[in-house]
Amino acid sequence: MMHDLRELYQEVIIEHGSNPRHFCALENPTCTGHGYNPLCGDQITLDLKINNDVISEMGFQGQGCAISMASASLMCESLTGQTIADAQKAFEIFHTLLTTDVELDENLGKLAVLSGVREFPARVKCATLAWHTLQDALENKS
Amino acid sequence: MNKQDFPALNQDVYGKPLVYFDNAATTQKPQVVIDAVSRFYENDNSNVHRGVHALSARADKAYEAARDSIKNFINAKSRKEIIFVRGSTEGINLLSGFIKAGDEVIISGMEHHANIVPWQLAGAKLNVIPVLDNGELDLNAYKNLLNSNIKLVSITHMSNTLGTINPVKEMIALAHDKNILVLLDCAQSISHGPIDVQDLDCDFLVFSGHKIYGPTGIGAVYGKQELLDKIPPYQGGGAMIEQVSFEKTTFNQLPFKFEAGTPNIAGAIGLAAALDYLNQFSWSDIIAYEKNLLDYAQEKIQSVPGLRIIGTAENKGAIISFVMDKAHPHDIATILDRAGIAIRAGHHCTMPLMKRFNVPATARISMAFYNTTDEIDLCIDALHEVKRIFS
Repeated sequence: MMHDLRELYQEVIIEHGSNPRHFCALENPTCTGHGYNPLCGDQITLDLKINNDVISEMGFQGQGCAISMASASLMCESLTGQTIADAQKAFEIFHTLLTTDVELDENLGKLAVLSGVREFPARVKCATLAWHTLQDALENKS
Repeated sequence: MNKQDFPALNQDVYGKPLVYFDNAATTQKPQVVIDAVSRFYENDNSNVHRGVHALSARADKAYEAARDSIKNFINAKSRKEIIFVRGSTEGINLLSGFIKAGDEVIISGMEHHANIVPWQLAGAKLNVIPVLDNGELDLNAYKNLLNSNIKLVSITHMSNTLGTINPVKEMIALAHDKNILVLLDCAQSISHGPIDVQDLDCDFLVFSGHKIYGPTGIGAVYGKQELLDKIPPYQGGGAMIEQVSFEKTTFNQLPFKFEAGTPNIAGAIGLAAALDYLNQFSWSDIIAYEKNLLDYAQEKIQSVPGLRIIGTAENKGAIISFVMDKAHPHDIATILDRAGIAIRAGHHCTMPLMKRFNVPATARISMAFYNTTDEIDLCIDALHEVKRIFS
Protein backbone atom coordinates (compact mmCIF):
# COMPACT_ATOMS: atom_id res chain seq x y z
CA MET A 1 0.00 0.00 0.00
CA MET A 2 1.20 3.53 -0.71
CA HIS A 3 2.61 5.51 2.20
CA ASP A 4 -0.02 8.26 2.19
CA LEU A 5 -2.87 5.73 1.99
CA ARG A 6 -1.37 3.96 4.98
CA GLU A 7 -1.24 7.32 6.80
CA LEU A 8 -4.88 7.98 5.91
CA TYR A 9 -6.27 4.59 6.77
CA GLN A 10 -4.44 3.93 9.99
CA GLU A 11 -5.72 1.10 12.11
CA VAL A 12 -7.25 3.53 14.60
CA ILE A 13 -9.32 5.13 11.84
CA ILE A 14 -10.50 1.86 10.37
CA GLU A 15 -11.37 0.65 13.85
CA HIS A 16 -13.23 3.81 14.91
CA GLY A 17 -14.89 3.98 11.50
CA SER A 18 -16.38 0.53 11.82
CA ASN A 19 -17.01 0.62 15.60
CA PRO A 20 -17.62 4.27 16.40
CA ARG A 21 -17.70 5.27 20.09
CA HIS A 22 -20.45 7.50 21.45
CA PHE A 23 -22.65 6.30 18.57
CA CYS A 24 -26.03 6.93 20.17
CA ALA A 25 -28.70 9.53 20.71
CA LEU A 26 -28.72 11.21 24.15
CA GLU A 27 -31.86 11.52 26.23
CA ASN A 28 -32.77 15.14 26.95
CA PRO A 29 -29.69 16.68 25.33
CA THR A 30 -28.87 20.29 26.10
CA CYS A 31 -28.50 20.92 22.39
CA THR A 32 -28.32 19.11 19.07
CA GLY A 33 -26.45 19.88 15.86
CA HIS A 34 -26.99 18.66 12.32
CA GLY A 35 -24.26 18.30 9.75
CA TYR A 36 -24.73 17.38 6.13
CA ASN A 37 -22.44 17.27 3.15
CA PRO A 38 -24.73 17.61 0.11
CA LEU A 39 -21.90 16.66 -2.24
CA CYS A 40 -21.50 13.17 -0.85
CA GLY A 41 -24.54 12.61 1.35
CA ASP A 42 -22.64 12.13 4.61
CA GLN A 43 -24.75 13.20 7.57
CA ILE A 44 -24.28 13.49 11.30
CA THR A 45 -26.60 14.40 14.16
CA LEU A 46 -24.78 15.30 17.35
CA ASP A 47 -26.30 15.56 20.84
CA LEU A 48 -24.55 17.35 23.71
CA LYS A 49 -25.19 17.54 27.40
CA ILE A 50 -23.63 20.61 28.93
CA ASN A 51 -23.31 21.41 32.63
CA ASN A 52 -21.73 24.71 33.68
CA ASP A 53 -19.97 25.11 30.34
CA VAL A 54 -18.55 21.59 30.52
CA ILE A 55 -19.52 19.10 27.81
CA SER A 56 -20.44 16.17 30.02
CA GLU A 57 -21.87 13.82 27.39
CA MET A 58 -21.70 13.50 23.62
CA GLY A 59 -23.57 11.17 21.27
CA PHE A 60 -23.73 11.12 17.49
CA GLN A 61 -25.64 9.27 14.85
CA GLY A 62 -25.43 9.28 11.09
CA GLN A 63 -23.77 7.69 8.14
CA GLY A 64 -20.71 8.34 6.09
CA CYS A 65 -17.28 7.15 5.10
CA ALA A 66 -14.64 5.76 7.45
CA ILE A 67 -13.00 9.17 7.75
CA SER A 68 -16.16 11.04 8.76
CA MET A 69 -17.32 8.35 11.18
CA ALA A 70 -13.89 7.92 12.77
CA SER A 71 -13.48 11.67 13.06
CA ALA A 72 -16.84 11.99 14.86
CA SER A 73 -15.99 9.10 17.15
CA LEU A 74 -12.55 10.48 18.02
CA MET A 75 -13.95 13.98 18.51
CA CYS A 76 -16.51 12.71 21.02
CA GLU A 77 -13.85 10.72 22.86
CA SER A 78 -11.50 13.65 23.12
CA LEU A 79 -13.99 16.39 23.98
CA THR A 80 -16.18 14.66 26.55
CA GLY A 81 -15.44 16.31 29.89
CA GLN A 82 -13.86 19.38 28.27
CA THR A 83 -15.13 22.93 28.58
CA ILE A 84 -16.77 24.65 25.63
CA ALA A 85 -13.77 26.97 25.41
CA ASP A 86 -11.41 23.98 25.21
CA ALA A 87 -13.59 22.41 22.53
CA GLN A 88 -13.46 25.61 20.48
CA LYS A 89 -9.71 25.68 20.81
CA ALA A 90 -9.48 22.03 19.73
CA PHE A 91 -11.60 22.84 16.68
CA GLU A 92 -9.19 25.62 15.67
CA ILE A 93 -6.18 23.36 16.09
CA PHE A 94 -7.81 20.48 14.26
CA HIS A 95 -8.85 22.72 11.39
CA THR A 96 -5.36 24.14 11.10
CA LEU A 97 -3.92 20.63 11.15
CA LEU A 98 -6.04 19.53 8.19
CA THR A 99 -6.07 22.62 6.04
CA THR A 100 -2.58 24.06 6.34
CA ASP A 101 1.03 22.89 6.35
CA VAL A 102 1.68 24.57 9.69
CA GLU A 103 3.55 22.34 12.12
CA LEU A 104 1.68 22.37 15.41
CA ASP A 105 3.20 22.23 18.87
CA GLU A 106 -0.06 21.33 20.58
CA ASN A 107 -0.55 17.75 21.61
CA LEU A 108 -3.65 16.56 19.82
CA GLY A 109 -3.56 13.11 21.30
CA LYS A 110 -5.52 10.57 19.30
CA LEU A 111 -6.88 13.24 16.98
CA ALA A 112 -3.45 13.39 15.39
CA VAL A 113 -4.19 10.13 13.55
CA LEU A 114 -6.37 12.21 11.22
CA SER A 115 -3.44 14.36 10.11
CA GLY A 116 -2.96 12.10 7.07
CA VAL A 117 -6.17 13.54 5.63
CA ARG A 118 -4.38 16.71 4.63
CA GLU A 119 -2.69 14.82 1.82
CA PHE A 120 -6.20 14.17 0.44
CA PRO A 121 -7.81 17.59 -0.06
CA ALA A 122 -11.02 16.02 -1.39
CA ARG A 123 -11.50 14.28 1.93
CA VAL A 124 -10.90 17.18 4.34
CA LYS A 125 -14.63 17.89 4.41
CA CYS A 126 -15.26 14.31 5.58
CA ALA A 127 -12.92 14.77 8.55
CA THR A 128 -14.27 18.17 9.55
CA LEU A 129 -18.00 17.35 9.20
CA ALA A 130 -18.35 16.27 12.85
CA TRP A 131 -16.57 19.41 14.01
CA HIS A 132 -18.84 21.67 11.98
CA THR A 133 -21.76 19.75 13.46
CA LEU A 134 -20.37 20.54 16.90
CA GLN A 135 -20.34 24.24 15.99
CA ASP A 136 -23.96 23.92 14.90
CA ALA A 137 -24.89 22.23 18.18
CA LEU A 138 -23.16 24.92 20.26
CA GLU A 139 -24.96 27.63 18.31
CA ASN A 140 -28.25 25.89 19.13
CA LYS A 141 -27.49 26.02 22.86
CA SER A 142 -30.15 28.34 24.22
CA MET B 1 -10.08 0.55 -29.32
CA ASN B 2 -8.67 4.07 -29.79
CA LYS B 3 -7.02 5.19 -26.59
CA GLN B 4 -4.10 6.80 -28.39
CA ASP B 5 -6.43 9.44 -29.87
CA PHE B 6 -7.07 10.91 -26.41
CA PRO B 7 -4.04 12.77 -25.04
CA ALA B 8 -5.36 13.06 -21.46
CA LEU B 9 -5.59 9.27 -21.22
CA ASN B 10 -1.89 8.86 -21.84
CA GLN B 11 -0.55 10.03 -18.50
CA ASP B 12 0.46 8.71 -15.11
CA VAL B 13 -1.19 9.78 -11.86
CA TYR B 14 0.59 9.02 -8.58
CA GLY B 15 3.11 7.15 -10.71
CA LYS B 16 0.48 4.78 -12.13
CA PRO B 17 -0.96 4.81 -15.64
CA LEU B 18 -4.30 6.61 -15.55
CA VAL B 19 -7.38 4.40 -15.76
CA TYR B 20 -10.25 6.73 -16.51
CA PHE B 21 -13.52 5.14 -15.39
CA ASP B 22 -15.54 8.30 -14.83
CA ASN B 23 -17.00 8.65 -18.30
CA ALA B 24 -20.56 9.03 -17.09
CA ALA B 25 -19.44 12.30 -15.49
CA THR B 26 -17.55 13.52 -18.51
CA THR B 27 -15.62 11.93 -21.35
CA GLN B 28 -12.09 12.73 -22.49
CA LYS B 29 -11.51 14.64 -25.72
CA PRO B 30 -9.73 13.30 -28.77
CA GLN B 31 -6.93 15.41 -30.25
CA VAL B 32 -9.11 16.35 -33.24
CA VAL B 33 -11.59 18.07 -30.92
CA ILE B 34 -8.86 19.95 -29.07
CA ASP B 35 -7.38 20.97 -32.43
CA ALA B 36 -10.74 22.15 -33.80
CA VAL B 37 -11.27 24.42 -30.80
CA SER B 38 -7.69 25.76 -30.99
CA ARG B 39 -7.93 26.28 -34.74
CA PHE B 40 -11.08 28.35 -34.35
CA TYR B 41 -9.44 30.65 -31.83
CA GLU B 42 -6.20 30.80 -33.80
CA ASN B 43 -7.71 31.55 -37.19
CA ASP B 44 -11.41 32.28 -37.30
CA ASN B 45 -12.35 33.83 -33.97
CA SER B 46 -15.19 36.25 -34.53
CA ASN B 47 -18.82 36.68 -33.57
CA VAL B 48 -21.56 34.96 -35.51
CA HIS B 49 -24.70 36.20 -37.27
CA ARG B 50 -23.72 39.83 -37.46
CA GLY B 51 -20.40 40.63 -39.07
CA VAL B 52 -19.79 41.27 -42.75
CA HIS B 53 -16.07 40.68 -42.54
CA ALA B 54 -14.19 37.56 -43.54
CA LEU B 55 -13.60 36.14 -40.07
CA SER B 56 -17.21 36.56 -39.09
CA ALA B 57 -18.31 34.79 -42.24
CA ARG B 58 -15.98 31.89 -41.41
CA ALA B 59 -17.18 31.71 -37.82
CA ASP B 60 -20.79 31.83 -38.92
CA LYS B 61 -20.27 29.12 -41.48
CA ALA B 62 -18.53 26.81 -39.03
CA TYR B 63 -21.10 27.41 -36.29
CA GLU B 64 -24.05 26.70 -38.57
CA ALA B 65 -22.25 23.69 -40.05
CA ALA B 66 -22.01 22.37 -36.48
CA ARG B 67 -25.78 22.67 -36.23
CA ASP B 68 -26.09 20.59 -39.40
CA SER B 69 -23.71 17.99 -37.96
CA ILE B 70 -25.98 17.57 -34.95
CA LYS B 71 -29.08 17.50 -37.12
CA ASN B 72 -27.54 14.69 -39.16
CA PHE B 73 -26.20 12.87 -36.12
CA ILE B 74 -29.65 12.48 -34.57
CA ASN B 75 -31.49 12.51 -37.91
CA ALA B 76 -33.68 15.55 -37.27
CA LYS B 77 -35.87 16.73 -40.12
CA SER B 78 -34.73 20.32 -40.05
CA ARG B 79 -31.81 22.37 -38.78
CA LYS B 80 -34.40 24.68 -37.22
CA GLU B 81 -35.08 21.92 -34.72
CA ILE B 82 -31.56 22.07 -33.25
CA ILE B 83 -30.92 24.67 -30.55
CA PHE B 84 -27.51 25.17 -29.00
CA VAL B 85 -27.46 25.27 -25.22
CA ARG B 86 -24.81 24.74 -22.54
CA GLY B 87 -25.83 21.14 -22.01
CA SER B 88 -28.66 18.81 -21.04
CA THR B 89 -29.44 20.70 -17.85
CA GLU B 90 -29.94 23.99 -19.64
CA GLY B 91 -31.88 22.15 -22.34
CA ILE B 92 -34.42 20.79 -19.88
CA ASN B 93 -34.71 24.19 -18.21
CA LEU B 94 -35.40 25.73 -21.61
CA LEU B 95 -38.03 23.12 -22.41
CA SER B 96 -39.68 23.52 -19.02
CA GLY B 97 -41.14 26.68 -20.58
CA PHE B 98 -43.58 24.25 -22.15
CA ILE B 99 -45.06 23.58 -18.70
CA LYS B 100 -47.30 25.84 -16.66
CA ALA B 101 -47.82 25.66 -12.90
CA GLY B 102 -50.15 22.80 -12.07
CA ASP B 103 -49.43 20.79 -15.24
CA GLU B 104 -48.75 17.11 -14.69
CA VAL B 105 -45.47 15.59 -15.82
CA ILE B 106 -44.35 11.96 -15.67
CA ILE B 107 -40.72 11.34 -14.82
CA SER B 108 -39.04 8.16 -13.59
CA GLY B 109 -37.45 7.17 -10.30
CA MET B 110 -34.01 7.02 -11.91
CA GLU B 111 -33.86 10.61 -13.15
CA HIS B 112 -30.88 12.89 -12.69
CA HIS B 113 -31.69 15.96 -10.59
CA ALA B 114 -31.57 17.91 -13.86
CA ASN B 115 -34.73 16.09 -14.95
CA ILE B 116 -36.50 16.64 -11.62
CA VAL B 117 -35.78 20.13 -10.36
CA PRO B 118 -36.63 22.17 -13.52
CA TRP B 119 -40.14 20.68 -13.46
CA GLN B 120 -40.51 21.54 -9.79
CA LEU B 121 -39.37 25.09 -10.54
CA ALA B 122 -42.00 25.26 -13.28
CA GLY B 123 -44.65 24.27 -10.74
CA ALA B 124 -45.43 20.90 -12.32
CA LYS B 125 -47.05 18.07 -10.44
CA LEU B 126 -44.72 15.08 -10.75
CA ASN B 127 -45.86 11.50 -11.34
CA VAL B 128 -42.98 9.07 -10.88
CA ILE B 129 -42.51 5.73 -12.66
CA PRO B 130 -41.18 3.31 -10.01
CA VAL B 131 -37.85 1.51 -10.41
CA LEU B 132 -37.84 -2.27 -9.98
CA ASP B 133 -35.27 -4.10 -7.85
CA ASN B 134 -33.12 -4.91 -10.89
CA GLY B 135 -32.97 -1.25 -11.92
CA GLU B 136 -35.52 -1.44 -14.73
CA LEU B 137 -38.58 0.78 -14.92
CA ASP B 138 -41.96 -0.65 -13.93
CA LEU B 139 -43.65 -0.41 -17.31
CA ASN B 140 -47.02 -1.58 -16.00
CA ALA B 141 -47.01 1.28 -13.52
CA TYR B 142 -46.01 3.60 -16.38
CA LYS B 143 -49.01 2.52 -18.44
CA ASN B 144 -51.29 3.24 -15.50
CA LEU B 145 -49.82 6.70 -15.03
CA LEU B 146 -50.62 7.70 -18.63
CA ASN B 147 -53.90 9.59 -18.59
CA SER B 148 -55.44 12.68 -20.12
CA ASN B 149 -54.17 14.94 -17.32
CA ILE B 150 -50.55 14.33 -18.24
CA LYS B 151 -48.94 17.01 -20.36
CA LEU B 152 -45.47 15.54 -20.78
CA VAL B 153 -43.37 12.45 -20.13
CA SER B 154 -39.72 13.31 -19.46
CA ILE B 155 -37.44 10.33 -19.01
CA THR B 156 -33.83 9.36 -19.25
CA HIS B 157 -32.74 7.13 -22.11
CA MET B 158 -29.93 5.66 -20.02
CA SER B 159 -29.48 5.94 -16.28
CA ASN B 160 -26.23 7.67 -15.32
CA THR B 161 -26.22 5.75 -12.05
CA LEU B 162 -27.44 2.26 -12.92
CA GLY B 163 -26.62 2.07 -16.61
CA THR B 164 -30.15 0.90 -17.36
CA ILE B 165 -31.17 1.57 -20.95
CA ASN B 166 -34.89 2.23 -20.98
CA PRO B 167 -37.19 0.93 -23.75
CA VAL B 168 -37.88 4.47 -24.86
CA LYS B 169 -39.29 3.70 -28.30
CA GLU B 170 -42.00 1.58 -26.72
CA MET B 171 -42.55 4.16 -23.97
CA ILE B 172 -42.90 6.97 -26.52
CA ALA B 173 -45.46 4.96 -28.52
CA LEU B 174 -47.47 4.30 -25.34
CA ALA B 175 -47.50 8.00 -24.50
CA HIS B 176 -48.44 8.99 -28.04
CA ASP B 177 -51.38 6.58 -27.90
CA LYS B 178 -52.73 8.92 -25.23
CA ASN B 179 -51.62 12.07 -27.11
CA ILE B 180 -48.92 12.79 -24.56
CA LEU B 181 -45.59 14.32 -25.59
CA VAL B 182 -42.23 12.85 -24.63
CA LEU B 183 -38.88 14.44 -23.81
CA LEU B 184 -35.81 12.18 -23.82
CA ASP B 185 -32.80 12.98 -21.66
CA CYS B 186 -29.99 11.52 -23.75
CA ALA B 187 -27.12 13.00 -21.71
CA GLN B 188 -25.87 9.53 -20.89
CA SER B 189 -26.94 7.54 -23.95
CA ILE B 190 -25.69 9.89 -26.66
CA SER B 191 -22.20 8.37 -26.87
CA HIS B 192 -23.19 4.73 -26.54
CA GLY B 193 -25.59 4.04 -29.38
CA PRO B 194 -27.42 5.51 -32.38
CA ILE B 195 -30.22 7.98 -31.78
CA ASP B 196 -32.70 8.66 -34.55
CA VAL B 197 -35.30 11.18 -33.44
CA GLN B 198 -37.58 10.40 -36.37
CA ASP B 199 -37.49 6.68 -35.75
CA LEU B 200 -38.00 7.12 -32.01
CA ASP B 201 -40.59 9.82 -32.75
CA CYS B 202 -39.60 11.67 -29.57
CA ASP B 203 -40.98 15.18 -29.32
CA PHE B 204 -38.02 16.70 -27.50
CA LEU B 205 -34.49 15.52 -26.75
CA VAL B 206 -31.50 16.98 -24.96
CA PHE B 207 -27.85 16.00 -24.78
CA SER B 208 -24.50 17.41 -23.65
CA GLY B 209 -21.43 17.71 -25.84
CA HIS B 210 -18.95 16.89 -23.09
CA LYS B 211 -20.40 13.41 -22.64
CA ILE B 212 -19.78 12.57 -26.29
CA TYR B 213 -16.09 13.49 -26.40
CA GLY B 214 -16.81 17.16 -27.12
CA PRO B 215 -16.11 20.30 -25.07
CA THR B 216 -17.93 21.30 -21.91
CA GLY B 217 -20.44 24.14 -22.05
CA ILE B 218 -22.10 23.05 -25.27
CA GLY B 219 -25.06 20.79 -25.92
CA ALA B 220 -28.25 20.73 -27.87
CA VAL B 221 -32.00 20.67 -27.62
CA TYR B 222 -33.97 18.93 -30.31
CA GLY B 223 -37.69 19.65 -30.61
CA LYS B 224 -40.28 19.11 -33.28
CA GLN B 225 -40.61 22.43 -35.04
CA GLU B 226 -44.33 22.94 -34.45
CA LEU B 227 -43.79 22.32 -30.72
CA LEU B 228 -40.76 24.58 -30.37
CA ASP B 229 -42.83 27.32 -32.01
CA LYS B 230 -45.23 27.13 -29.07
CA ILE B 231 -42.58 27.54 -26.37
CA PRO B 232 -41.82 31.11 -25.32
CA PRO B 233 -38.22 32.40 -25.60
CA TYR B 234 -36.04 31.14 -22.80
CA GLN B 235 -33.82 34.18 -22.46
CA GLY B 236 -34.00 37.66 -23.92
CA GLY B 237 -31.12 39.43 -25.61
CA GLY B 238 -29.28 39.81 -28.86
CA ALA B 239 -29.73 37.39 -31.77
CA MET B 240 -33.07 36.07 -30.50
CA ILE B 241 -35.02 39.13 -31.69
CA GLU B 242 -36.51 40.26 -34.98
CA GLN B 243 -37.52 43.86 -34.18
CA VAL B 244 -36.94 45.69 -30.92
CA SER B 245 -38.57 48.91 -29.83
CA PHE B 246 -39.38 50.20 -26.38
CA GLU B 247 -43.03 49.46 -27.03
CA LYS B 248 -42.84 45.98 -28.49
CA THR B 249 -40.31 43.33 -29.45
CA THR B 250 -40.86 40.53 -31.91
CA PHE B 251 -38.80 37.38 -31.85
CA ASN B 252 -36.50 35.75 -34.34
CA GLN B 253 -37.33 32.46 -36.04
CA LEU B 254 -36.24 29.03 -34.90
CA PRO B 255 -33.67 28.11 -33.83
CA PHE B 256 -32.40 31.64 -33.08
CA LYS B 257 -35.43 32.45 -30.93
CA PHE B 258 -33.80 30.38 -28.18
CA GLU B 259 -30.21 31.53 -28.65
CA ALA B 260 -29.85 34.88 -26.94
CA GLY B 261 -26.41 36.43 -26.73
CA THR B 262 -23.10 35.30 -28.16
CA PRO B 263 -23.14 31.53 -28.15
CA ASN B 264 -20.34 29.08 -27.36
CA ILE B 265 -19.04 29.14 -30.93
CA ALA B 266 -15.81 27.25 -30.30
CA GLY B 267 -17.76 24.70 -28.26
CA ALA B 268 -20.20 24.06 -31.09
CA ILE B 269 -17.30 23.63 -33.52
CA GLY B 270 -15.56 21.28 -31.08
CA LEU B 271 -18.75 19.27 -30.68
CA ALA B 272 -19.09 18.92 -34.44
CA ALA B 273 -15.48 17.69 -34.54
CA ALA B 274 -16.36 15.09 -31.89
CA LEU B 275 -19.34 13.87 -33.92
CA ASP B 276 -17.17 13.70 -37.04
CA TYR B 277 -14.64 11.71 -35.05
CA LEU B 278 -17.31 9.26 -33.88
CA ASN B 279 -18.71 8.90 -37.38
CA GLN B 280 -15.55 7.06 -38.45
CA PHE B 281 -16.63 4.15 -36.21
CA SER B 282 -19.70 2.00 -36.66
CA TRP B 283 -22.21 1.96 -33.85
CA SER B 284 -22.33 -1.81 -33.96
CA ASP B 285 -18.58 -1.95 -33.25
CA ILE B 286 -18.84 0.55 -30.39
CA ILE B 287 -21.82 -1.26 -28.86
CA ALA B 288 -20.16 -4.67 -29.12
CA TYR B 289 -16.90 -3.35 -27.68
CA GLU B 290 -18.56 -1.65 -24.72
CA LYS B 291 -20.82 -4.66 -24.11
CA ASN B 292 -17.72 -6.82 -23.88
CA LEU B 293 -16.17 -4.39 -21.36
CA LEU B 294 -19.34 -4.50 -19.27
CA ASP B 295 -19.66 -8.29 -19.34
CA TYR B 296 -15.98 -8.73 -18.52
CA ALA B 297 -16.10 -6.23 -15.64
CA GLN B 298 -19.35 -7.56 -14.18
CA GLU B 299 -17.95 -11.08 -14.14
CA LYS B 300 -14.54 -10.17 -12.70
CA ILE B 301 -15.96 -7.88 -10.05
CA GLN B 302 -17.82 -10.82 -8.51
CA SER B 303 -14.44 -12.04 -7.23
CA VAL B 304 -14.38 -9.17 -4.71
CA PRO B 305 -15.97 -10.45 -1.50
CA GLY B 306 -18.84 -8.43 -0.07
CA LEU B 307 -19.34 -6.35 -3.21
CA ARG B 308 -22.89 -5.80 -4.45
CA ILE B 309 -23.84 -4.32 -7.83
CA ILE B 310 -26.75 -1.85 -7.79
CA GLY B 311 -28.57 -2.06 -11.11
CA THR B 312 -28.68 -5.35 -12.97
CA ALA B 313 -31.01 -4.49 -15.83
CA GLU B 314 -30.90 -6.81 -18.80
CA ASN B 315 -30.25 -3.93 -21.17
CA LYS B 316 -27.60 -1.72 -19.68
CA GLY B 317 -24.67 0.41 -20.73
CA ALA B 318 -21.10 0.04 -19.48
CA ILE B 319 -21.80 1.43 -16.01
CA ILE B 320 -21.39 -0.49 -12.76
CA SER B 321 -22.64 1.08 -9.55
CA PHE B 322 -21.71 -0.88 -6.46
CA VAL B 323 -21.37 -0.89 -2.70
CA MET B 324 -19.05 -2.93 -0.47
CA ASP B 325 -19.46 -4.29 3.03
CA LYS B 326 -17.61 -2.03 5.49
CA ALA B 327 -15.96 0.21 2.88
CA HIS B 328 -17.91 3.36 2.10
CA PRO B 329 -17.92 4.49 -1.57
CA HIS B 330 -15.73 7.51 -0.77
CA ASP B 331 -13.10 5.34 0.82
CA ILE B 332 -13.22 3.04 -2.19
CA ALA B 333 -12.79 5.99 -4.55
CA THR B 334 -9.85 7.40 -2.58
CA ILE B 335 -8.02 4.07 -2.54
CA LEU B 336 -8.65 3.51 -6.25
CA ASP B 337 -7.52 7.06 -7.00
CA ARG B 338 -4.11 6.36 -5.50
CA ALA B 339 -3.89 3.33 -7.77
CA GLY B 340 -4.42 5.69 -10.72
CA ILE B 341 -8.05 4.70 -11.21
CA ALA B 342 -10.63 7.48 -11.51
CA ILE B 343 -14.12 6.49 -10.44
CA ARG B 344 -17.02 8.42 -8.96
CA ALA B 345 -18.48 8.01 -5.50
CA GLY B 346 -21.61 9.67 -4.22
CA HIS B 347 -25.25 10.00 -5.13
CA HIS B 348 -24.53 10.85 -8.79
CA CYS B 349 -27.17 13.60 -8.70
CA THR B 350 -29.82 10.91 -8.26
CA MET B 351 -30.74 11.19 -4.58
CA PRO B 352 -34.25 9.69 -4.96
CA LEU B 353 -32.65 6.65 -6.60
CA MET B 354 -30.22 6.24 -3.68
CA LYS B 355 -33.22 6.29 -1.35
CA ARG B 356 -34.99 3.71 -3.55
CA PHE B 357 -32.08 1.29 -3.15
CA ASN B 358 -31.56 2.25 0.49
CA VAL B 359 -27.91 3.21 0.06
CA PRO B 360 -26.36 6.56 1.03
CA ALA B 361 -24.10 6.51 -2.00
CA THR B 362 -22.53 4.15 -4.51
CA ALA B 363 -19.14 3.78 -6.14
CA ARG B 364 -19.46 3.91 -9.92
CA ILE B 365 -17.30 2.60 -12.72
CA SER B 366 -18.38 4.08 -16.05
CA MET B 367 -16.59 3.03 -19.19
CA ALA B 368 -16.19 4.25 -22.75
CA PHE B 369 -14.87 2.76 -25.96
CA TYR B 370 -11.29 3.74 -25.16
CA ASN B 371 -11.20 1.64 -21.99
CA THR B 372 -9.68 -1.84 -21.99
CA THR B 373 -10.02 -5.16 -20.18
CA ASP B 374 -6.45 -4.64 -18.85
CA GLU B 375 -7.72 -1.51 -17.10
CA ILE B 376 -10.57 -3.52 -15.62
CA ASP B 377 -8.04 -6.01 -14.23
CA LEU B 378 -6.13 -3.15 -12.54
CA CYS B 379 -9.40 -1.91 -11.06
CA ILE B 380 -10.33 -5.34 -9.71
CA ASP B 381 -6.88 -5.65 -8.09
CA ALA B 382 -7.42 -2.27 -6.43
CA LEU B 383 -10.84 -3.36 -5.17
CA HIS B 384 -9.22 -6.37 -3.54
CA GLU B 385 -6.82 -3.91 -1.88
CA VAL B 386 -9.83 -1.99 -0.56
CA LYS B 387 -11.13 -5.22 0.87
CA ARG B 388 -7.77 -5.90 2.57
CA ILE B 389 -7.63 -2.44 4.14
CA PHE B 390 -11.15 -2.72 5.50
CA SER B 391 -11.05 -6.34 6.61
